[in-house]
Amino acid sequence: MTTTVFTDARIIDPSRSLDEIGTVIVADGKIHAAGASARNQGIPGGAEIVGCRGRTIMPGLVDSRVFVGEPGGEHRETIASASRAAAAGGVTSIITMPDTDPVIDDVALVEFVLRAARDHAAVNVYPSAAITRGLKGQEMTEFGLLGQAGAVAFTDGRHTIADSSVLRRAMTYARDFGAVIAHETADPHLSGGVMNEGLYASWLGLGGIPREAEIIPLERDLRLARLTSANYHAAKISTAVSAEVVSRAKQDGASVTAGVAIHSLALNEHDVGEYRTFFRLAPPLRNEDDRLAMIEALKNGTLDIVVSSHDPQDVDTKRLPFADAAIGAVGLETLLAVALRLHHNDQVPILRLIDALSTAPAKIFGLPGGTLKPGAPADLIVVDLDHPWVVTETDLHSRSKNSCFEGARLQGKVLQTVVAGRTVFQH
Amino acid sequence: MPEAATFPLFPHRHLLGIQHLSPSDIVSLLDRADAAVAVSRQSEKKTSALRGRTQINLFYEASTRTQSSFELAGKRLGADVMNMSVASSSVKKGETLIDTAMTLNAMRPDILIIRHAAAGAAALLAQKVGCSVVNAGDGAHEHPTQALLDALTIRRAKGDLSKLIVAICGDVLHSRVARSNILLLNALGARVRVIASSTLLPSGIHQMSVDVFNRMEDGLKDADVVMMLRLQRERMAGAFVPSVREYFHFFGLDEAKLRLAKPDALVMHPGPMNRGVEIASEIADGPQSVIQEQVEMGVAVRMAVMQALLDPRRNEAAA
Repeated sequence: MTTTVFTDARIIDPSRSLDEIGTVIVADGKIHAAGASARNQGIPGGAEIVGCRGRTIMPGLVDSRVFVGEPGGEHRETIASASRAAAAGGVTSIITMPDTDPVIDDVALVEFVLRAARDHAAVNVYPSAAITRGLKGQEMTEFGLLGQAGAVAFTDGRHTIADSSVLRRAMTYARDFGAVIAHETADPHLSGGVMNEGLYASWLGLGGIPREAEIIPLERDLRLARLTSANYHAAKISTAVSAEVVSRAKQDGASVTAGVAIHSLALNEHDVGEYRTFFRLAPPLRNEDDRLAMIEALKNGTLDIVVSSHDPQDVDTKRLPFADAAIGAVGLETLLAVALRLHHNDQVPILRLIDALSTAPAKIFGLPGGTLKPGAPADLIVVDLDHPWVVTETDLHSRSKNSCFEGARLQGKVLQTVVAGRTVFQH
Repeated sequence: MPEAATFPLFPHRHLLGIQHLSPSDIVSLLDRADAAVAVSRQSEKKTSALRGRTQINLFYEASTRTQSSFELAGKRLGADVMNMSVASSSVKKGETLIDTAMTLNAMRPDILIIRHAAAGAAALLAQKVGCSVVNAGDGAHEHPTQALLDALTIRRAKGDLSKLIVAICGDVLHSRVARSNILLLNALGARVRVIASSTLLPSGIHQMSVDVFNRMEDGLKDADVVMMLRLQRERMAGAFVPSVREYFHFFGLDEAKLRLAKPDALVMHPGPMNRGVEIASEIADGPQSVIQEQVEMGVAVRMAVMQALLDPRRNEAAA
């Protein structure tokens, strides 16, 4: 029996609303005890003792929206490289998106992801599977069999299902299996532009994406969620009005949750600057009022979770004129430190913030992590909440370097990442 | 032609747009251009201001008039001018803009003129090359030399631009000419109006320091300058306006509509014109039209811009 004891740490465990100085005892890959009371339990002989004075221990982050390149785009990111990036960022569980080549819409492909993860990944990798075959928005995939094979959620990834009857039937069918439908909402016809619609896009001569491109399909989806009683997750919302309509659906008792990409909390459209393609994102960066509304919605719980929406793109697809450049940015390694800005600025309490990054996503998608309760897997991170650092491209573990935070000064560094009791990253 | 030294040193390395120019930058370019007009009207049109310098015209969009205007401007200044014809180049074979830029850069040009369908293309190029870059139109972003030549045309006809009412009419949404003109005319104190159906106006237009009109009858009233924009053919049939005949009826410049402007109002068009779509032939060829002068001023403005960017005093300062 191997035992590790972390002493004198500030322990933050949103699953028990716990924020106190104490001890964490890890035995055989599981949490044995965590909290002030664990100090009195005595240290077993032969245990490794890690002094954590001034440091914080929290459950490892659970990132439910991670795009990888494997299979089909291994030059951008493999499951192994994404998992190294995750470990460095304090993310102990990732849910991978089905937007690969081939699309993860078949049992054999879910098994492929799980096998690659078992053999090469440093963190827990949970595949999601497509809602529709080939992400074409037409025919349902085998939710039952895919779920048994290990798919933890169903999503058409970057795609929005345009046909309302297809989505309605998928939601109805998914309900019987207790499956979560996670959906990005971007009306394809209104999303012809490349950045947030408004004065700034107009001066740059770039096509705009109105907020309504997100709000209209979101409102439709929330109506369908009420109609079907499905477990619906709005994957990435970005506008103040979107938060309002999610809040209303929750008040109506719909089984609805919502997520926000870290970019929508940290950046706004002005970060696009003079056509900086790393800031071409989906949903597009909105204005400052929307960003502040997202922070408020995160604080009050309308937004349940925060995701990195990690989306590795190689240089060749980003070194192009803005409108021709690929969409997306990497984010696993900066997720925690960027989110901690909201803590340092007193915008979101730390317990709510870590809940949104860890406990809440684990609960929504039915994953074992996100808690330091005794008996839970020992997926935890040791963090110096105040440690200042600067993001540099060369330090990123991801195969792609398209970070929006290159050169950014961040505060809060992951010192150690532990997955099932095993240290997978150490600063 | 006056010596370069009589004009203030232009404080920019590239001309990517009007946005970053101060009013004094603009005025000094117009003053230079005035002097260049005289050169073009001499029988001996060649000077040696840019002798030994290499100019490359990199046009990703076909544009006979702008490209020949830049070519002539370079030749009149004595530069060696090379036209990169995109149709027959490796761009067609999938080479990226940046790779093309790096290749051309290795040939050590002094100035690159670029026209590209993507907004921001000129700025992207400017980051990657060691020479001056002139934006000859990037998507719906900017077309600074067009705005400068328009301003020069107006200034030579009307004198001071401040307080003039300038109405920009037509497809503002897709128009780089409109954006550059709105910026420049505001910088020089003119009162700018835009007139178009709302489907052809960009989001945020009300915050662009312009008065917005949806009817020509309202917007043309008392205008000193009427600037028509080209409407691309593919946008005429139902997508942005229902039909050519409806567009011409409501937004085409004809005699009846022009009568609402000041009697001596100038009529301008950046070309190429769609006669009978945005402008009636009798207006385009009529006494108030300065469309041909615009073409002449185009060469002068481009001479001025290239001289300002390649000012020999800049090298001395560097050395």
